[in-house]
Amino acid sequence: MTATTLGGHEPARPHHGMPASASAAGPAPKRIIIAYGFWLFLLSDIVMFSAFFATFAVLGKATAGGLTGAELFDARNVAVETALLLFSSFSCGMMSLAMDARHRQAFYLGAAITFILGLGFLVLEMREFADMVARGATADRSAFLSGFFTLVGCHGAHVVVGLLWLVVMVAQVADKGWRATVCHRLMCFSLFWHALDIIWVALFTIVYLMGAR
Amino acid sequence: MTDTAHDHAPPGGGVTPHDTALHDTAPHDTAPGDSREELLSSLKAYVIGLALAIILTATSFWAAGTHVLWQPGVPIGLAVLAVAQMGVHLVFFLHITTGPDNTNNVLALAFGVLIVFLVVAGSLWIMANLSANTMPPEMMDLHHQR
Repeated sequence: MTATTLGGHEPARPHHGMPASASAAGPAPKRIIIAYGFWLFLLSDIVMFSAFFATFAVLGKATAGGLTGAELFDARNVAVETALLLFSSFSCGMMSLAMDARHRQAFYLGAAITFILGLGFLVLEMREFADMVARGATADRSAFLSGFFTLVGCHGAHVVVGLLWLVVMVAQVADKGWRATVCHRLMCFSLFWHALDIIWVALFTIVYLMGAR
Repeated sequence: MTDTAHDHAPPGGGVTPHDTALHDTAPHDTAPGDSREELLSSLKAYVIGLALAIILTATSFWAAGTHVLWQPGVPIGLAVLAVAQMGVHLVFFLHITTGPDNTNNVLALAFGVLIVFLVVAGSLWIMANLSANTMPPEMMDLHHQR
């Protein structure tokens, strides 16, 4: 059973000669069902974000004589935010591996790094928002800014929820240990955190890089 | 399916204490995020994904800031880089693959992508059409004055 290929290519079972068909194997185990359900939730969340992306794309140039993206956005700040979120996603992966290995110290370390990087992202984003508001670029100034604050703010709100969730999960691991339910929740959390990074990729490309042109 | 619960010994020969309840009860399906390999190769996948993501992100930021490139082509290039990076995240971080045990996850993803495409492209199309066919405000004023 040395599966060296990536992900799916599970070698055939050594005994029974069972075909690799999901339906023949009976109902899927609970964690598969939970992760699939959470995957559906994440996809519906992404569909919701797509509506905000569409809004921003339509209204991106409707600045009503106010400040434009090119005047407001600081590419260096966005680059740092992007790096923080990407490394946070990576350390979240390390945290999942520590969970698989049932290694508590590594898990706490991974969780702490993930939390600090995510918090750093939020601090930079809040500073950027405060700076924009101070320059008169509030959400009610133009359609472009309404779309901007809705889209970026919604992503930021997701990050806040993710950080709270992470704190709860660390407390649950400390209190309950590696119970199956705790591990399922941690699996969902890591899916959530990776999905936030995927949304950020679309966000920094469309809002900050294309929007500043 | 209790008989399949114990035939999947960790390759490290017990060095990695995988919980059987977590990893070995799923013979024919994988969840998003699953990596059913030894820890070391999982780690390798994450590192490869991180390296690719860094390269793609750095290229995006460089392309957006430079004047070396043909400017009208830059937005399309940025879009391609973003799609590529989302693919990297899906494969290396969420472990969505084309394997037979991932069919449900891929189908759900494909449906999600379809809806996202319809919402975004449809909105842009309709609003561009509306904008092209709407009388500009100045002309509207003339209309009222007459």
